[in-house]
Amino acid sequence: MAEQNNQILLETKDLQKHFPIKDFFGRKKQAVKAVDGITFQIIKGETFGLVGESGCGKSTLGRTLIRMYEPTGGQIIFDGEDITKLEGAKLQPYHKRMQIIFQDPYSALDPHHNVEEIIREPMSLYTNASKSDIDEQIVELLKKVGMKADDMYKYAYEFSGGQRQRIGIARALAVKPEFLLCDEPISALDVSIQAQVVNMLEDLQEELGLTYLFVAHDLSMVRHISTRIGVMYLGKIVEIAESDELYDHPMHPYTEALLSAIPVADPELARSSKRKIIKGDLPSPMDVPGGCRFHTRCPYAKPECSQMEPPLVERTPGHFVACHIR
Amino acid sequence: MIVMAKNKSDQKRRIENVLSALKHDKLAIASLVFLVIIIALALLAPILPLDPNTTDVRNMFQPPSPEHWFGTDDIGRDYLSRVIYGGRVSLLVGFLAMITCVCVGVLVGTVSGYCGGWIDSILMRIVDIMSSIPWMVLVTVISLFLKRGLKSIIIVIGFFTWMEIARLVRAETLSLKEREYVMYAKFVGIPGYVIILKHIIPSVLPTIIIAASTGIANAIMTESSLSFLGLGIQQPMSSWGSLLQNAQSYMQNAIYMAILPGLLIVLTIFAFNKLGNLLRIFVEPRVMSGEKD
Repeated sequence: MAEQNNQILLETKDLQKHFPIKDFFGRKKQAVKAVDGITFQIIKGETFGLVGESGCGKSTLGRTLIRMYEPTGGQIIFDGEDITKLEGAKLQPYHKRMQIIFQDPYSALDPHHNVEEIIREPMSLYTNASKSDIDEQIVELLKKVGMKADDMYKYAYEFSGGQRQRIGIARALAVKPEFLLCDEPISALDVSIQAQVVNMLEDLQEELGLTYLFVAHDLSMVRHISTRIGVMYLGKIVEIAESDELYDHPMHPYTEALLSAIPVADPELARSSKRKIIKGDLPSPMDVPGGCRFHTRCPYAKPECSQMEPPLVERTPGHFVACHIR
Repeated sequence: MIVMAKNKSDQKRRIENVLSALKHDKLAIASLVFLVIIIALALLAPILPLDPNTTDVRNMFQPPSPEHWFGTDDIGRDYLSRVIYGGRVSLLVGFLAMITCVCVGVLVGTVSGYCGGWIDSILMRIVDIMSSIPWMVLVTVISLFLKRGLKSIIIVIGFFTWMEIARLVRAETLSLKEREYVMYAKFVGIPGYVIILKHIIPSVLPTIIIAASTGIANAIMTESSLSFLGLGIQQPMSSWGSLLQNAQSYMQNAIYMAILPGLLIVLTIFAFNKLGNLLRIFVEPRVMSGEKD
């Protein structure tokens, strides 16, 4: 379904998002480097999967990309336009084209509003259609995400997690976006419902020609849905490749370790296969190790790894890795 | 309250909670009945056969009797009428001062919490400064500058007691601001004041209502203290506080003149605090289950 013409929809150049930590007098003491110099592209129509352990900056990258957070450095280019510095009314059209689905379907919907009010909120900014027209569109959206028209006047707390997530998707689709940031949309759901939501997202992508950035930590689900996958570690992308290529030939030691952590359903196979367990914890993003960020935990680390930061280079066509060893 | 519990079954459960709390708490029932009577009397005073202003010098300092239920005062006015009219003023001051103080508190709290940055710093420092001055001194000084009377006492109480509410509301706004539905509204470009009105205030409403019910009690108390010091309501209008002040000169021959309004002040404040408790059970069903555990 992707890459008919390889047109780049969204691109970042050395994107940074640092959260300052201030001391008692309001002076900047330190910074949490959640996103620290990321350069990558998302191609129109594809699903770009973003994986990495908790706290590595996946969600922050996504939210900075759509300008929900203010970037502290670098560039964001959407459909050929540099949107890094746009503000207010100039930025708003881009927020219509880039929408978001949240991880937690409970805090994503206002408990005091009913479904109609929730979905109408973003729509009201872009149309001056009459109320009955908007209502009609809302019914259509609800049907599209597999809900009934008479759910319209119910409140968010009357629905299950999966249904709430559908409402969230309907709200995002209400303004007819081109790009959808799926910020771990399934990790708060039951396994049985995860599949339904993922399949629905795939159907919607085909029907509406959407481009997804799919943030997740469920590796097998990401493989299923993604065209290409980026692996993040401590604010940097360490490897980008086509989905199957990444799973079959991981190059970065961190990716290897992540993939070997996927549970295997066959106990015989599980016992015989060597798991690559990485030692230690994720270093603090306030105090990023010098050189390669992974050298403190890497089983293959060499002296040069702590000296120089490896650049992200294309090793085989379409497969980018940032590692000195491979 | 109806806004918060739009859903029918939810509302029913909340009412059941309140009813079961009432069942265990006889004092709360008594408080509610007392409040209803006091408020009804205050509202109906003009159409009741009461005359608080006719003097009758032949019947001064009459102790309570079938003719004058609460006796008469120093110039022979019917004390029951004066107490009821006094209650009218006290309650009016209580409600209006509470409304003023809630409005200012909610405005400052939401704006401060939502905007953050230097706006937050400036507003909160103003709150700090105002709450660091003992309010009695502040209110006394301010009321010396204003023309004494009903309006100025409402303004004085309303504008100098909102700091507590502002702090409570700001704290809740700070946590609500990080909810994803608020972040989303901000993201798509909903203006800040709409977000405050549509998303923040409905969620802070429980806190506001509870603060308001104790706010009335505090305002009545403050009004009584000010009137007792002679800084509040002026003759011939009377409030419970000014009745008390007037009564202190006649403590020896007419002690009922002090006891009656004093008792009413105490009971009303107690009843409003009880009401606040019941409202809390209504808006926060967790309070109830927490007590049972």
